[in-house]
Amino acid sequence: MSAFANYWRRFPVKAKAGAIILGLFVLAAIIGPLVTPYDPSFQNPSPGLSMAAPSAAHLLGTTQSGQDVLSQLLVGIRLTLELAVIVGVVATAASVVVGVTAAFLGGFWDDFLSLVSNVFLVIPQLPFLILLLGYLPQKGQTPTIIVLSVLGWPWGARVIRAQTLTIRGRDFVAASRETGESSWRIIASEIIPNQISLIAANFVNTVLYAIGTSVALAFIGLADLNSWSLGTMLYWAQSQQALQLGAWWWFLPPGLAVAFIGTALVLLNTGIDELGNPRLRDARNATRVAGYRVWPTDPTPVLEGVAAGGGRVGAFLHSFSRSSLLDETASGGDTR
Amino acid sequence: MSTASPEPVVGISEAGPAPAGPILAIDNLSVVYRTPSGDVRAVERVNLTLNPGEVVGLAGESGSGKSTLAYGACRLLRPPALITSGSVRYAGRRTGAPVEILQLRGNELHKLRWREIAIVFQSAMNALNPVLRVRDQLLDAIQTHMRLPREQAAEKAATLLELVGIPRIRLRSYPHELSGGMRQRVMIAMALAADPEVVIMDEPTTALDVVVQRDILAQIVELKQTLGFAVLFITHDLSLLLELADRIAVMYAGQLLELGTADEIKSEAAHPYTKGLLNSFPSLHGPRRDLAGIPGAPPDLRDPPPGCPFLPRCGYGTDACTSVDMSLAQVPGSADPWHVSACPFVGPEGALA
Amino acid sequence: MPFILRRLAFYVVAAWVALTANFFIPRAMPGSAVQDIMSKFPNLQPSAYKAIEAMLGVGHPGSLLDQYGSYLVDVVHLNFGTDVSAYPASVASVLGQAIPWTLVLVGTATVIAFFVGTGLGIIAGWRHGGWADRLLPGLMFLQAIPYFFFALLLLELFALKLHVFPIAQGYNGQVVVPGWDWAFISNAIQHSLLPAITIVLTSMAGWMLQMRNVMITTIGEDYVIAAQAKGLSSRRVVFTYAARNALLPQLQGFGLALGFVVSGALVMEIVFSYPGVGLLLLNAVTSNDYPLMQAIFLVITFAVLVANLIVDLVIVLFDPRVRAKEVTAR
Repeated sequence: MSAFANYWRRFPVKAKAGAIILGLFVLAAIIGPLVTPYDPSFQNPSPGLSMAAPSAAHLLGTTQSGQDVLSQLLVGIRLTLELAVIVGVVATAASVVVGVTAAFLGGFWDDFLSLVSNVFLVIPQLPFLILLLGYLPQKGQTPTIIVLSVLGWPWGARVIRAQTLTIRGRDFVAASRETGESSWRIIASEIIPNQISLIAANFVNTVLYAIGTSVALAFIGLADLNSWSLGTMLYWAQSQQALQLGAWWWFLPPGLAVAFIGTALVLLNTGIDELGNPRLRDARNATRVAGYRVWPTDPTPVLEGVAAGGGRVGAFLHSFSRSSLLDETASGGDTR
Repeated sequence: MSTASPEPVVGISEAGPAPAGPILAIDNLSVVYRTPSGDVRAVERVNLTLNPGEVVGLAGESGSGKSTLAYGACRLLRPPALITSGSVRYAGRRTGAPVEILQLRGNELHKLRWREIAIVFQSAMNALNPVLRVRDQLLDAIQTHMRLPREQAAEKAATLLELVGIPRIRLRSYPHELSGGMRQRVMIAMALAADPEVVIMDEPTTALDVVVQRDILAQIVELKQTLGFAVLFITHDLSLLLELADRIAVMYAGQLLELGTADEIKSEAAHPYTKGLLNSFPSLHGPRRDLAGIPGAPPDLRDPPPGCPFLPRCGYGTDACTSVDMSLAQVPGSADPWHVSACPFVGPEGALA
Repeated sequence: MPFILRRLAFYVVAAWVALTANFFIPRAMPGSAVQDIMSKFPNLQPSAYKAIEAMLGVGHPGSLLDQYGSYLVDVVHLNFGTDVSAYPASVASVLGQAIPWTLVLVGTATVIAFFVGTGLGIIAGWRHGGWADRLLPGLMFLQAIPYFFFALLLLELFALKLHVFPIAQGYNGQVVVPGWDWAFISNAIQHSLLPAITIVLTSMAGWMLQMRNVMITTIGEDYVIAAQAKGLSSRRVVFTYAARNALLPQLQGFGLALGFVVSGALVMEIVFSYPGVGLLLLNAVTSNDYPLMQAIFLVITFAVLVANLIVDLVIVLFDPRVRAKEVTAR
């Protein structure tokens, strides 16, 4: 526990904010659906409640068919986060496996796995996903999770492979090999622990990608339109012209929810990045020294009053002279 | 050496007379790294002078502050480094009156750098810009300080390379196309590009194999004799300095422990640490002896204990060592008044009475 | 040169994978895709039925290999089949009309976002803690917002409420007619400003953050300190020594991220009813227009691959080590 507290203290402010915001949303995801005021699918036919503005009864207003937006939002947060986290776990695990294997085995397997990763990376994601999902009769959570995981691992695999290669080349791994430790033990005890922050950052990125992509897919209709994820909420809002009709309470909350979750994840990642790359942290700490703001290209600052003595000893202003000791030498001049 | 004069002296004459006193005078310099968890005292009140044409060796283990001293004197240290005391005076032939480096402003510092004080870095592979040709990097150094017409500058660049024994065709090469030894020579050529009066060499041969090392060192000596610059040679290898340097300074935990001529250090080293260092490498001549080394590790510079930092590892240490003020005093029994040591209890023969 | 050839070979492999995936996916999917299509378009001719069957590989004579062969031939001839929703127009012609719009909009906006983001990243890395750094959280928030959502907001604010920009479409059909005259072009530009601004604002943060981090790492390198020791001006140190080296990983990242940027831009086009590929994609999905969906996938993939190749060429231009690396034995 104290190790965690240690990390928390070293976390930059930005990242802490991100972690807290994310925590709030996770909380909402866990207890949200249990406290919804209404059933999100319940359509209230009474005319006054169609696209009604926020009121005491409906804190976030209603949709075209009288459904409570707040309830949908609470359910939506869970659905979206659920999907994203599962994709994150699966894809990150896959990328660790592929990355470490490729780096460890080297040779043909390395080339092959790298080729596969790169091909998946370079092919644009959304059109590919549309192709895959488009042909499925049912476009629910599970197919989406599968499809996103299939396309989500290559990025992490590349990064982890590169890092594994670096670590593998290090002396302590060679030493382990010499003493006959099995490859598995080396992987478990040397390689993976050294990459924790990298894997964590990778996980966060994958979750981010999963959220963004699933919401985009839902927006164009490639999701289970009867479920209430943040993306499908946006789809229905758009198809019912919520924006044009001024029903901001319908499309703003889900969009903002996605935005805030996303921002929280990015902020969290800056903290993880710093933990992994000390130079970033040093740079952050180093902008103010003894009250001076110092850029890296500035000369080392001198404490106030040091060498002030009797004023500057001599100003120093020589113009661009052309002379050269080499010239002097060549002409046999004075060489001291 | 002339002292403070309030009027600025518009410095000039290139071929002025050589200054009477030291060319670089580091006086009571302290450098700290100001981290959130406290100040790391990397250099603690060090005095060191460099005379024209002289080679001063700066010896010490990693973390002793020798590089920090040199870079700090040039104000090249990155944040969170801070200079907390002292003065660094430079008096070259071109400057007229001495210049206080710690008081210079940005653009003045730029003019001083390289033209007066140049640096040869430890690892040439890391210190050369990977995407620029050798020619461009040399020209950078030349043209920033001497705006020569294009052809003259190009010719000068070629001459510089030939000076260090590299064919001028290599001007077109990129750093990764050169061997390690060649890269280091390029670094030296680059350092000499603006005709500096002082060249700081930071472990210039540590990353090279022994054979190349010897060549480079021979080259440095030759160039120094021809061109007449002064050298501050930083290394952890004391044996190198015994052959190369005129005077040697020994640093430990940010403090200067001993200073003297190479001969004196070799035969009459006074400080226990210096003696330990000398015992750490074998000599080619003379009888075989046991290598003692120095057990233990350097102290944490964040919170240094009072008195002598070497106490935990010192064979002669006593309680009195915790109240030593670390100032340098003449070594008793030494003919040279400039052979000084920070240890008042131990001399060249052993513990003093 | 060998480096470029290796990259070219890679792109050919990637293109082949895309083509093959495109071929097999319809044949591998469960359910009766044909029935789905037919049920959406009850008034299709029997010949259309045949065409769709052919495309989906249902009940088609000849082995799989034969079909694959003729498929590849078709693709090379840009024959993507007959469009289902805009029947009897060919897919190629429908696509051909939409592509220029997307190319100009997305291409220009992405390049602008890259340059602005990278430039700001250089400043943020150099003057750490300065004004550029303070922009970051705001820009990161912008990037976390789904493209299309942000587009909706901008649309609402600037087009509907403030009437600064036109509301939708690529050009105002009532006022101008497509053609190479200034009236049309200026009108088109006007209509593309809001979508372009959306793309730039939302994607900029990514480039900026990445460049900033790379710059901070690069500025810590020995050769930058050496450059300072040489007395070079700060500008030269930061740009010729630091930024020039930091650009390399940044460019590599650009090539890889291109796919994401394009994807996001497509969805965003939908919001603006911009007559590009995005809108076409939406229609294809909602109407199960499989031939069109497949063709869009292929075209976008090829465009991204070509763009990646161009980026690789630029990298070769900038990094002498890359030119050399492939020459020496591996």
